[in-house]
Amino acid sequence: MPKRHPLDVVIVGAGVVGAACAYYAARAGLRAAVVDRGPVAGGTTGAGEGNLLVSDKEAGPELDLALLSAGLWRDLAADLPEEIEYEPKGGLVIAPDETALKALRAFAEGQRAVGVEAVEAGPAELRELEPHLAPGRAGGFLYPQDAQVQPAQAAARLLAASGAELHLGEEVTAVLTAGGAVRGVRTTRRELAAPAVVNAAGTWGGRIAELAGTALPVLPRRGFVLVTEPLPRVVRHKVYAADYIADVASGSAALQSSAVVEGTPAGPVLIGATRERVGFDRSLSTEALRRLAGQAAALFPVLADARVLRAYHGFRPYLPDHLPAIGPDPRVPGLLHACGHEGAGIGLAPATGVLVAAALTGAEPPLPLHPFRPDRFPDPAAQPKETGR
Amino acid sequence: MPTSPSDLPGPGAQDAADHPEEGLADLAVVGAGPAGLAAAVTAAGFGLRVTLIDAGERPGGQFYRHPAPQLGAERPEALHHGWAAFAARERALRAHTASGRVTYLPGHHVWTVVPQDAAQDAPQDAAPAGDAAGRAPAAWVLHAVAGPEEHAVAVRARAVLLATGSYERQLPFPGWTLPGVVGAGGAQAMLKGGLVLPGRRVVVAGSGPLLLAVAGSLASAGARVPAVVEAAAYTGYAPALPALLRNPAKLAEGAVYGGALLRHGVRLLTRHAVTEAHGTDRVEAVTVARLDADWRPLPGTARRIPCDAVAVGHGLVPQLELATGLGCATRRAADGTAALDLDALQRTSVPGIWSAGETGGIAGAQPALVEGEIAAHAVAGRPVPAALVRRRARLRAFADAMGRAHRPGEGWTGWLRDDTDVCRCEEVPAGRIREAVADLGAGDARTAKLLTRAGMGWCQGRMCGPAVAALAGEEQAPDRRPLSCPVPMRLLAGLPPADG
Repeated sequence: MPKRHPLDVVIVGAGVVGAACAYYAARAGLRAAVVDRGPVAGGTTGAGEGNLLVSDKEAGPELDLALLSAGLWRDLAADLPEEIEYEPKGGLVIAPDETALKALRAFAEGQRAVGVEAVEAGPAELRELEPHLAPGRAGGFLYPQDAQVQPAQAAARLLAASGAELHLGEEVTAVLTAGGAVRGVRTTRRELAAPAVVNAAGTWGGRIAELAGTALPVLPRRGFVLVTEPLPRVVRHKVYAADYIADVASGSAALQSSAVVEGTPAGPVLIGATRERVGFDRSLSTEALRRLAGQAAALFPVLADARVLRAYHGFRPYLPDHLPAIGPDPRVPGLLHACGHEGAGIGLAPATGVLVAAALTGAEPPLPLHPFRPDRFPDPAAQPKETGR
Repeated sequence: MPTSPSDLPGPGAQDAADHPEEGLADLAVVGAGPAGLAAAVTAAGFGLRVTLIDAGERPGGQFYRHPAPQLGAERPEALHHGWAAFAARERALRAHTASGRVTYLPGHHVWTVVPQDAAQDAPQDAAPAGDAAGRAPAAWVLHAVAGPEEHAVAVRARAVLLATGSYERQLPFPGWTLPGVVGAGGAQAMLKGGLVLPGRRVVVAGSGPLLLAVAGSLASAGARVPAVVEAAAYTGYAPALPALLRNPAKLAEGAVYGGALLRHGVRLLTRHAVTEAHGTDRVEAVTVARLDADWRPLPGTARRIPCDAVAVGHGLVPQLELATGLGCATRRAADGTAALDLDALQRTSVPGIWSAGETGGIAGAQPALVEGEIAAHAVAGRPVPAALVRRRARLRAFADAMGRAHRPGEGWTGWLRDDTDVCRCEEVPAGRIREAVADLGAGDARTAKLLTRAGMGWCQGRMCGPAVAALAGEEQAPDRRPLSCPVPMRLLAGLPPADG
């Protein structure tokens, strides 16, 4: 028999999204438990760069989510310890030539209409914003709302601040149901009873959906990140070339990369990231390293002689239409999803947490949940299952 | 057929489209220490075309370390046991290099080894490398950074032997970052390579048979050694008596050390540790305390020993990142370190990848020589002489007995104060790691690293890895470093593209 826990919700996943769900659930007065088979930030969060971007999103539901999050991150920065390293450094998108600049201008126009700040910068202003940028670029746009956090710290501090009970190193082996409705989970160590379960298992979210008797076609999309030796401040913003925007929206399986280059408070420059659909392949791709290094050195020639100390990879959780699944699953009462954020999970976590908390308490959500409804994919049984571990 | 590697000029490597693909060696050996050197010359003797790649400038690795030529040392062998075994193989290397059977590439750091097809941009199975049927790929590519000007070199070979050796296991203590505190192996290296003493009055501390050797060398070279402070009890050897008795040469070696120490009046303190080094600009004294069976310092047993240097070492850790990058399976060795899981023919779990020496478990130079020869036989498809197999078994049994006796006890973190820097590169004190574990849910070393930056600096956790793992309540995981050494960005940018 499950021990009686006065829990309102069990959140599966101790990454940044699960942590944000716990944080906002607690703020709404709910008692939460967070379960993860690994440690805090052990999956995609720990491999993330901590990008909080509005610049790379076209007008639409994901951008709405990102804008809501951008404001929430500012508030969190005031409430959480400084170790989360929140830095509102701004993003700088570079257009290599006139054609790209024209496209970028149209893109930014659409973003401005929904509340994104985007300031066009000519070649001279680019040099002022980023003195080490390679010359000869047609222009670019500065996005002051883009920001940065240290993702593992952000997840850990959100969890600590939530006061949720933590069960780390415990894998969920069953989602318990009664009469078709969720009533808790079983882990390798215990049963946790609660009227609601939130699937915040990220790239492994398909597995949790399966345990609950439904389906969510979350697939891994691998990315590599390069980390240089500590350098003096050579890169001031999050800088990337305009073709990154096209990559994010692409569904292609081939390796795509458009390096986002940025400095960190500790000194190393981060260069990420490639996007590949290769399942959970953990082997090193020298091709990914080649492209990232080439693009970074093309943007900032001074980086050519910097040494790369390490490279790492992560697996972004993506859904076929590149939007996350957020909110109640009408197929399984009591089950909610908060996963599939692809490469934007750090940035979108607070808004996701707010939406999930609203759904749990029956409050009016600040954004319509409809675009993120988990049952939007056709005939789940026909989706390919690639829920490796 | 040319066997030279495809040397790429660094900055000019941008036009990598015509990256030359010349020369396919039968065997690439990484590391020219005892194991790699023995393997290379033995394989070349069987007619294989061998490329021997080594980070060092001269063959011999960390063990057979030479005095710099300009020092004009007349008898480097005076500092070494088994110099003759090395000298014979070095002569053989010179002969094979002259005849073109061995391409010897000193000063080359291999940063990754990949199957040749992985250079293509095709989706592939999850690691380990090699295909699902367990066949080795047709060829491997070893990417290296070469020379002081750091240019790119790619070596292609049908088979690879990883003889990447080991590095020192460091267990920090308050004051360990003071000038004058050096690694025991480092002190030995200073002596062998530069004929330099780390100080006039040197406390030798830590655990393992190397301490006696280091103390003996230091004393013979004129240093005062007030004490050898050994954390283990030598009674730990008792259960392994048979293995010890089957290794009379090793016992004789120990007797030589013991004799040298007695002659120089060196005190051996077992079940003791240096728990703090004192000094302002430089170490002036150490605190030594008695330990319980788990290496926990016992209250009320501390005393001070004046000195101007401390040589400290807690054994060695196999250097595995090239192997783990390929997906080679590991095992937990008797000394607590992660080592490669090797079969009787020195094969790793990845077809086409062999290994010999310290990577298979810390054991010293003699078994490394033997294993290098066994691996060379296996790669060449020759039957392995029974005498070599017996010798390996005997030496490995001895090494396991030593490893068990000197395995660090769990209580050693008791001498770490919260303000003791554990990660020197990123200046992360023990207290921050303890906080990450206790308050932030870091149940393992990787998460502790993510939350504190411990292990993210220049040495990539080689120094602090054992300590961070211990503070996180784990045994140290096998090394994982996709880049085994720092690589200039221009080299990565100049890699050959996967396709046109």
